Amino acid sequence: MPAPTFATQVLQTLAGALLLISFAMLAERRSRRLVTLLIWQGVVLVTSTLLVAVTAQQPHLFFSAALTLALKVGVLPWILLRLMRRLGIERDNEPLVNVPTLMLVGLGLVVFAFGLAQPITALATTVIRQTLGIALAVILLALLMILARRKAFTQVIGFLALENGLFFAATTTTYGMPMVVELGIALDVLVGVFIFGVFFFHIREQFDSLDLHHLETLKED
Amino acid sequence: MEIALVVGIPLLGAALLALAGAQRRAAELNVAISLATLLAAAALVVRVIRDGPLSAFGEQFFIDPFNVFLVALTVLVGFTTAVFSRPYMRIEAAHGRLTGGRLRLYHSMYQLFMAAMLVALTTNNLGFLWVAMEAATLSTVLLVSLYRTRASIEAAWKYFILCGVGIALALFGTILVYVAAEGRLGGSGMSALLWTHLDAVKGQLEPTVIGLAFVFLLVGYGTKVGLAPLHNWLPDAHAEGPTPVSAVLSGLLLNVALYAILRCKIIADGALHSALPGRMLMGFGLLSTVWATFFLWRQRDIKRLFAYSSIEHMGIMTFAFGMGGPVASFAGLLHMTVHSLTKSAIFFAAGHATQAAGTQRMEGIRGLLATHPSVGWGLMLGTLAILGMPPFGVFASEYLVLTTAMREHPWATPILLVALAVAFAAIFGRVQPMVFGDTQAPRLPHPPALLPVFIHLALVLALGISIPAALSQWYRLAAQLFTG
Repeated sequence: MPAPTFATQVLQTLAGALLLISFAMLAERRSRRLVTLLIWQGVVLVTSTLLVAVTAQQPHLFFSAALTLALKVGVLPWILLRLMRRLGIERDNEPLVNVPTLMLVGLGLVVFAFGLAQPITALATTVIRQTLGIALAVILLALLMILARRKAFTQVIGFLALENGLFFAATTTTYGMPMVVELGIALDVLVGVFIFGVFFFHIREQFDSLDLHHLETLKED
Repeated sequence: MEIALVVGIPLLGAALLALAGAQRRAAELNVAISLATLLAAAALVVRVIRDGPLSAFGEQFFIDPFNVFLVALTVLVGFTTAVFSRPYMRIEAAHGRLTGGRLRLYHSMYQLFMAAMLVALTTNNLGFLWVAMEAATLSTVLLVSLYRTRASIEAAWKYFILCGVGIALALFGTILVYVAAEGRLGGSGMSALLWTHLDAVKGQLEPTVIGLAFVFLLVGYGTKVGLAPLHNWLPDAHAEGPTPVSAVLSGLLLNVALYAILRCKIIADGALHSALPGRMLMGFGLLSTVWATFFLWRQRDIKRLFAYSSIEHMGIMTFAFGMGGPVASFAGLLHMTVHSLTKSAIFFAAGHATQAAGTQRMEGIRGLLATHPSVGWGLMLGTLAILGMPPFGVFASEYLVLTTAMREHPWATPILLVALAVAFAAIFGRVQPMVFGDTQAPRLPHPPALLPVFIHLALVLALGISIPAALSQWYRLAAQLFTG
């Protein structure tokens, strides 16, 4: 393998940062800070997309970076923060049991992700593909977060982190999906968050809380 | 041109109903839009019969023997469901469960859902397929929670999170397919996501990447098919949403999700040169069939009962496609058609039965034949059809699946037979007292629309007796796609 270029090293550092933020999210109890972490993930995504756009000479990735900046650093956090204020859950703390276990499971998932991605990175024609393992790890950690959390709001943050992992996988392994498809995906995510927002109010209206413990009456019988 | 109409009419209809959906005549408008879509699809079918497969918009959309009958089926059930929903929703409004604003949401989202499914069926681009599947989820989430009861909000939240996560995994699979294909078909262009192009070079794609991609696609779209153990959202969403939504979820959405998996399986088969994708489908299919039949016993709610029956039948189809080969694939396609028609007919009848009894709990529904004979007969005949009684079409497809299994995978035959027998006992034992028996329940305020039920059942009966030449030709050509 040729010695990695400076740009590749930066990209790998950014990938590492993305993974680190995912772990931070897993252990974060305050909803407000979770949104901040989500913004940071967006910033990392924008930077890495720009980097790939410059080094690989892919002009359409500039649009994609601009879209990410607008959506993931701008609009989505703004909607989430507004929702938090309207719902009055800015200071909410979510009790987390067993953070060490959660971290250990997370570590296991990272190892699993690298194992799964190994045969593909071994075939890699571009150094860029080597970040696939990290992207998969970010996706699995977000899944873990959705499973482990019991508040509707935090599950949505996990959902968006999952989408960030997918976006990272798309830009760094394939120079991004075709623009039209990416626009479609962005639209779906945006509509999804709007619906989540509508849902928060419905849930609170019916249950007087966003705690999902109340949402466990439908059983499999 | 016809494709643009088929997709465009429901899309425009959704916008129109978003403006006028609360009017008194909104339900009729909904029916009219569905009828227009049906006519456009009929024109498309005529053209395909005359000229053969076609593609449009720079190959972004295409029609081949595999998706043409699904498009026809989708618009037909979409139309009959719109016809059924007119009096059904009127009765719901009369019972005070819905207001004008909710009806507007319902009508608009119904058309949007139809448009999303038709895009998913006709698109040639795996990226658009994903976007359309996600749009189909998003448009139905608010329909599941339409009544805003606690249980319906819980069901919709579960549906949203589970299908959202599932479909995110499918997106990862799609990205991996793109990774594998861009080397062959050139990056940055659309070509590497076009199914027809992928199909042409499938033998040269990197097997490791495609193998991993297929696992993600199967688990992702499989969540929407309702394959066990990812089926948790399905019974809740079916039971808590309004009945027309249950009918289209069961009859159409599950088919479209299975269609997405099968398109991906054709690519994976070609790239992997092994039986692995087929074996995975067989495993998931058999597990879903058995799992669902044993949960059938524990159901108290009529819509949950038939939701589990949907999981069972999706399992049978998945198993059939997993076995592969011309006969099993033919049987799978036939089963997709007859299950969709029969199950939506059952939901129509069950919907009116719950309205008449005022409850979805089965012990509260009694003596339908005495008060509403047409509802009672519809439910009884539909149940017999779905349980695989001859001469209905479900018997023909299940018979083909079983005989193929006996020849190629004898170990699976007893499992399937036991599952079918258990399902028969569980469902028939519950439906029989609901149809016969005594009751003092009052009659419904509006006459129920049972015409769709009997149209569907007549079609299923006709398919059981003889299959039209064009249809069996499509099935055969589509089955050839699977055998490569």
